[in-house]
Amino acid sequence: MSKIALVLRELGRSQTSLLHELQALPDRHPDEHEIVHTAHDLAGWAAADLQRLGETAADTGVALRSWPRPAPLRGAVAARAARSVRHRPETGLLLLADLRRLHRKAAGVALDWTLLAQAAQAMRRAALVELAGACSPHAHQTATWARSQLVVVSPQVIAS
Amino acid sequence: MSEPSPRPSSPPSSPSSTPRDRDAIADPWGARCPYAAGETWPARVDVHLADGVREEDVERWVPTASLLHSNGDAMDIAVCDGRVVGVRGRADDRVNRGRLGPKDLYAWQANASADRLTRPLVRDGDRLVETDWNTAMGRVVDRTRTLLREQGPSAIGFYTSGQLFAEEYYSLAAIAHGAIGTNHVDGNTRLCTATAAAALKETFACDGQPGSYGDVDHADVIALFGHNAAETQPVLWMRILDRLAGPTPPRLLCVDPRRTAVARAAVESGGVHLAPLPGTNLALMNGLLHQVIADDRIDHGYVDAHTVGFDELAAGVAEYPPGRVADICGLDAEEIRAAARLLGSAERLLSTVLQGFYQSHQATAAAVQVNNLNLVRGMLGRPGCGILQMNGQPTAENTRECGADGDMAGFRNWNNDAHVAELARHWNLDPLQIPHMAPPTHAMQMFRYVEQGTIRMLWVSATNPAVSMPDLARIRRILGQERLFLVVQDIFPSETARLADVVLPAATWAEKTGCFTNADRTVHLSDKAVDPPGDARADLDILLDFARRMDFRDADGRPFPAWHDAESAFDAWAASTAGRPCDYTGLSHATLRARASGVQWPCNDAHPDGTERLYADGRFWSAPDECESYGRDLVTGAPLEETEYRALNPDAKAVLKAAEFLPPRTAPDDEYPFALVTGRTIHHFHTRTKTGRTPELRDAAPEPWIECSATDARRCGLGDGDLADVRTAQGAVRARVRITETRDGVLFVPFHYGYWDTPAGDRPGDGEPGRAANETVPTDWDPVSKQPLFKIAAAALQRVPDQSGTAAPTAGSEGVR
Repeated sequence: MSKIALVLRELGRSQTSLLHELQALPDRHPDEHEIVHTAHDLAGWAAADLQRLGETAADTGVALRSWPRPAPLRGAVAARAARSVRHRPETGLLLLADLRRLHRKAAGVALDWTLLAQAAQAMRRAALVELAGACSPHAHQTATWARSQLVVVSPQVIAS
Repeated sequence: MSEPSPRPSSPPSSPSSTPRDRDAIADPWGARCPYAAGETWPARVDVHLADGVREEDVERWVPTASLLHSNGDAMDIAVCDGRVVGVRGRADDRVNRGRLGPKDLYAWQANASADRLTRPLVRDGDRLVETDWNTAMGRVVDRTRTLLREQGPSAIGFYTSGQLFAEEYYSLAAIAHGAIGTNHVDGNTRLCTATAAAALKETFACDGQPGSYGDVDHADVIALFGHNAAETQPVLWMRILDRLAGPTPPRLLCVDPRRTAVARAAVESGGVHLAPLPGTNLALMNGLLHQVIADDRIDHGYVDAHTVGFDELAAGVAEYPPGRVADICGLDAEEIRAAARLLGSAERLLSTVLQGFYQSHQATAAAVQVNNLNLVRGMLGRPGCGILQMNGQPTAENTRECGADGDMAGFRNWNNDAHVAELARHWNLDPLQIPHMAPPTHAMQMFRYVEQGTIRMLWVSATNPAVSMPDLARIRRILGQERLFLVVQDIFPSETARLADVVLPAATWAEKTGCFTNADRTVHLSDKAVDPPGDARADLDILLDFARRMDFRDADGRPFPAWHDAESAFDAWAASTAGRPCDYTGLSHATLRARASGVQWPCNDAHPDGTERLYADGRFWSAPDECESYGRDLVTGAPLEETEYRALNPDAKAVLKAAEFLPPRTAPDDEYPFALVTGRTIHHFHTRTKTGRTPELRDAAPEPWIECSATDARRCGLGDGDLADVRTAQGAVRARVRITETRDGVLFVPFHYGYWDTPAGDRPGDGEPGRAANETVPTDWDPVSKQPLFKIAAAALQRVPDQSGTAAPTAGSEGVR
């Protein structure tokens, strides 16, 4: 029996988790402007891809579960906490940890899209092939971006 | 209106190669010298001398070029009794053929301003007190040594300018990247020209202006993308006006949300003016490319032979038909088609780009599409077929090529170990001494490190971030921190200097010798004409003095840098460019003095007279081993790795890159219903440190203003000349309203005005709205070029109820323009 439903559900879970991670970053690091702005753009992609995934999955008879975004209150508190330490060098370590987690999640999502693409090819499901082709670059770009930010920021955080 | 138009009462001056001293405030572009396509631009010599001085009184004429924009207008400084008494354009120069703009003609007077910094200052509690060089430099050296011991090079940052000379940037790069080994070096060029460099690196894998001003003489279509040349490069605009007045005039395309002089000329020429909503440039460019491809106005032979990526580009822009783009940009689809037809019908297309693209949303991605346009049309490297990714500042090009702006010297690739090793050989340093683990830190990130407390000493030279950066309240907070050691090297007590711990008084243009390179790669030598005031010293001498006091040494224990004056610095710089695209090896101070009419790099044994157009043979500096950059993701800005680039472009072609339009992150809403654009105007430069001290320029525009459309003014209950507040989430500015032909929903505020000539001195008065446009600008930057976005804030416009205050002299549409 095909396990494509399993792959779609796992992708729904990991893509949602990536979206939430991207949405949380600006709250956690409000003074890291490039992180704030680019994460916002990438979250736009992640949300659009999640929606397409849900629609395509539904067309194939698989209903994806939806996970609510962590409560906004937490976001506001996180932002206030972050602003209160904007002048502290130690916040750099938190940023490194968050970027590292983002990279891991985005890389995982990219792999999940690869799994879906492979299965869709094998099962000749054109809609799923097209979906994976359109969405997987975004996960790759997100992972690459997280890595590049780590490369740029880490020397200063660690050396100072 | 910000764009000046001649007063009807003043008769236009007539063209002549006899020097003429016109009123350049009333008549900013002077008399027309019509000429036809392919002809030489006729000379017209502009001059301005101090009252009572005649040309025969002048003792010496000292060659230089303009300081207060990027055009590089060649001129001679008139010297009399050891003072500068005027300037005269040089008729034989390729850049201006004798012409000078308003800032060229008048701003030299600021050199002799009474409030020049003449003695070093050091902080004593809450005030700055005069001292001698030993004391001031002693403090700088002590703090540098302490920080290097406590934290290492990452504690020290340098934020420089686009207004010093090549010799000074190269020395700064050598000291910062080489001797100290910090990665934190950038210029205020980040605010003006970073996207030009980034766009060229994306397309050609290397910086370097492809085109030439000479292309104006040949083009049949000139497209100005976000480039208000009439105000930012008035002499370049004179050249275009003279073509428009002649037989076979070109048609213009102007992309600008305001009805500028350029926009009006575009319509009059039979061309097109497009006024897209701020933040939608990339969608517009994608739409224009879509239509040009749909109409098959493609030079397939050129594309096949010289580019990679056409299929991806075509697929990318396929999703931007004119109808969809019209909705995004707030334009008519037919306007977009008409513009595409204009571009598609050009036989010799010159495209120019400036801040309307560089300081807006998706800056690099949009500027790259302009490169793509010329490439797919096969219009590059021939007379009239060119790309000018413009600069804003006189020596921005040098900041880039010398590596004082977040690049490595000589357009070397930080991500290529062989390039870093080559630079280390020129400097005779261990390659490990030169940081290259990541791109050099850009200015916006440096300010964040200062905020965070990991950069603990910031050395600011010839720039004024306390007025020029976005979100000034934040910048003042950052620069005002007790724990920051702030060194400011400048010629006036700027808003930034007032926050400093040590102020170093510098010499300026006409008081020191060095080279500068304009936006079309023309190198001019600027010779010292007079002595600097008091104890002020050339920036180069200050930097080399610092190096000697620090006792920097090279790998063989010899003093580093090895050079000691402007001429030896130039020779070292030129030697380091051997084999690089910006090859200066054919130049020296002596050859530049002998050929004062300007030489375009590369200039070497193979091209002893310089090179007018890059890429004339369809060959690029994009081979993986030669290129300056492997490129970046146009959406996220993440750098590509070497292996990816090798796969993408193994055969050194130009790279066509598509990019997806994303909605602007800051968009008007109910609370802030306007799109706020800030910008430069013809009379002023940057934060008015010089132009505000020049009587003609100061009086032409003494106060800031707010431009809006008649419809918007009516809706807000505003009349021309009324006092109003522009408010954003960041802050507010108060100024008088000028009703102009700006697009509805768009406000414009000039960015020049700060506080040095107000009672508070460096910030708005307590509880008062500001005067600096950047009070209102949020901190956001293009992820590729890292250039801050000054043209995309969401703002509210409100009448100030109590109008009893004294009217500013600029009030009203009939005010001084």
